Amino acid sequence: MQKELISDAQLVSNYIRGEESALEVLITRHKQRIYSFIYSKVFDRDISEDIFQDTFIKVIRTLKRGKYNEEGKFLPWVMRIAHNLVIDHFRKNSRMPKFDNSGDFNIFSVISDNALNAEKTIIKGQVEADVRRLIDELPEDQKEVLVMRMYKDMSFKEISERTGVSINTALGRMRYALINMRKVIEKHNIVLTN
Amino acid sequence: MAKLYSNKPKSDFKLNPKDETISFILNYSKALSVINYKSMKFESLQN
Repeated sequence: MQKELISDAQLVSNYIRGEESALEVLITRHKQRIYSFIYSKVFDRDISEDIFQDTFIKVIRTLKRGKYNEEGKFLPWVMRIAHNLVIDHFRKNSRMPKFDNSGDFNIFSVISDNALNAEKTIIKGQVEADVRRLIDELPEDQKEVLVMRMYKDMSFKEISERTGVSINTALGRMRYALINMRKVIEKHNIVLTN
Repeated sequence: MAKLYSNKPKSDFKLNPKDETISFILNYSKALSVINYKSMKFESLQN
């Protein structure tokens, strides 16, 4: 009973000072609110468990690193973390389920459009153009092998026959081509993701 | 009387996470220690 009297702020500062049991009290006090909130967004028990766990891992790390400031309240802060992780989850799956509760059947909840949208199509084009320019910067022998392998889909056996070098040499050129491209990408901080 | 076909809104959830999840979090908390060195912070997990 006495545990209920201790405020969240007090429990947080006790926890930061090393009292592990304070965390248990905090979790017991707020688990239902946080878990229910997550479930109300993702509608999946297993995903909710994962997000709940990740939320508290983040909470623990922040508290132990001493980065928590008692500006707001503990629960809204944890809810905000949970909310962000829910968004991350949907971003990862690049889809957002819609629940309109109207009772109508919505065809788009069972079929999805996997085609890239206009923005992603443009980004894809830019990324591919960037990669092409990187390839153009490679030494001729490496470029030749890379283009045959990646764009013409030839096997290393075919490449070695076409270029008149051994398979091992072709493999080595491919390896150096990738290493060189990675070096350039890292050096210039080029982002090649969609 | 017109029938109501709509479902009840699913807004009132009262759910709790599994005990295993809670115990994992508490064990993680016990195992994690942050070491401060000058202005750097190192995390270490000790089981």
